[in-house]
Amino acid sequence: MKRRLFVCLLALLFLFPAWMSTAWVSPARAGESIILQSTTSTQNSGLLDWLLPKFTQRTGITVKVVAVGTGQALKNAARGDGDVVLVHARKAEEAFLKAGHGVDRRDVMYNDFVIVCPKNDPAGIRGMKSAAAALRRIAETKTPFVSRGDDSGTHKKELALWKQAGIDPHPASGTWYREAGRGMGATLNMAVAMGACTLTDRATWISHENRGDLTIVVEGDPALFNQYGVMLVNPKRHPHVKVKAARAFIDWLTGPEGQKLIAQYRLRGQQLFFPNAGKEH
Amino acid sequence: MDGGFTQAFGEALSMLARLDSGVLEIVALSLKVSLTSVLLAGFIGLPLAAMLALHRFAGRQGIIVLFSALMGLPPVLLGLIVYLLLSRSGPLGVLGLLYTPTAMIIAQTLLVLPIITALGQRVIASLWEEYAELMRSLQVRGWRLIGAMLFEARFALMTVMLAAFGRAIAEVGAVMIVGGNINHFTRVMTTAIALETSRGNLALAVALGCVLLALALLVNILVHVLTKLSGEKGALAT
Repeated sequence: MKRRLFVCLLALLFLFPAWMSTAWVSPARAGESIILQSTTSTQNSGLLDWLLPKFTQRTGITVKVVAVGTGQALKNAARGDGDVVLVHARKAEEAFLKAGHGVDRRDVMYNDFVIVCPKNDPAGIRGMKSAAAALRRIAETKTPFVSRGDDSGTHKKELALWKQAGIDPHPASGTWYREAGRGMGATLNMAVAMGACTLTDRATWISHENRGDLTIVVEGDPALFNQYGVMLVNPKRHPHVKVKAARAFIDWLTGPEGQKLIAQYRLRGQQLFFPNAGKEH
Repeated sequence: MDGGFTQAFGEALSMLARLDSGVLEIVALSLKVSLTSVLLAGFIGLPLAAMLALHRFAGRQGIIVLFSALMGLPPVLLGLIVYLLLSRSGPLGVLGLLYTPTAMIIAQTLLVLPIITALGQRVIASLWEEYAELMRSLQVRGWRLIGAMLFEARFALMTVMLAAFGRAIAEVGAVMIVGGNINHFTRVMTTAIALETSRGNLALAVALGCVLLALALLVNILVHVLTKLSGEKGALAT
């Protein structure tokens, strides 16, 4: 009797996953699928959740999103772990193309970066027109500043701004300059908790729930422009890349339907991304 | 953030109440991946544990120490190793397993294998002191001895399996790297919590955490009750 019950228990434990394993490839594998290496901002802002179901509906192609920082997305794609890349760091994208990892880069959309600080504006930079000058003031006043520190597009932009300001913040790392090494959302959470300033893309900022006491203090500097680009992972180097489905996605994203949907995506009454495929800027 | 905690628990309760289909999908995948991993690791680890406990051979002590040390293996490091193996540019890249539930199972199996082996070895070794003479007099040897001792130690080994399950279901580092946290495909409880935290949806993140906790509790209760029903001594308490 006891032994029989024990056998039943064992059987249950073994059959359970076996039964479940039958179901786990169903929806996502039904049609063709591609892997999109993208950034945390496109996922955290909800843009991809808005766009991708509509693309799948139209084409039957499922897009699996791996959302990491731009730097990691490019490295993953360079190893062949992805079909399409959607990132925001122009220089790094060009290096990626030049190294032969990707082909056919196209502009997709843009928005901008903003500097956010606690409402009492500890660095006294509210309304400044130059982001670099604002950063210099932050350094001079030793106001806590949280850096992404993760080689993401936002981090690359921040480092470029420090360079423009003529300041190297790294010797101060661990004091007022704090390198988080995390995604945009996590970095905003840290800035909220520390009462610190940080640089964020506007899409993540608008969509982020936990803003605490932070508010935008610097915006509108042309240096804060944030361009997103899409690329195909080089099929010559990685023959497994699903070229046809991947191209269908790139064409759709930069075509009239994708562009219109990007413009339509609004959160809290604001447009987060501005489509600019095929336009000079 | 005001009233974050009350809001979070309220949300957790309402999520459980309406059994949100998105959450159910994530819960199901978490269970699938972690249970499969623990069972696979059990198939490999338990006989290995018995072998290490019952047979004397060269290098045995070294292997035991190694498995004990590997219990502290950081999931994120293991995830990285499995990522490099399964990446398209890695040695097993042709299989195309990266960013699939299979990759997550591979990572978690390797993660809990040392726990099952090291703890299992200790359980069986201590039981062996009691059974050594009996087994010798019955002339039980080799694979039959391993099978017999595994059966005799079954209740304590169930606790070992539960410890392994706890480790698997709670880890985020490995599944995040090899699974990619892909919606409707490789998103599990822990990676969903990480994602909602990074979205600033702290209430939802805590709510998901509560669901995860409830899940772990449920599995433990299930195993506990079934073991109690089938066995006499409360061996699970050890």
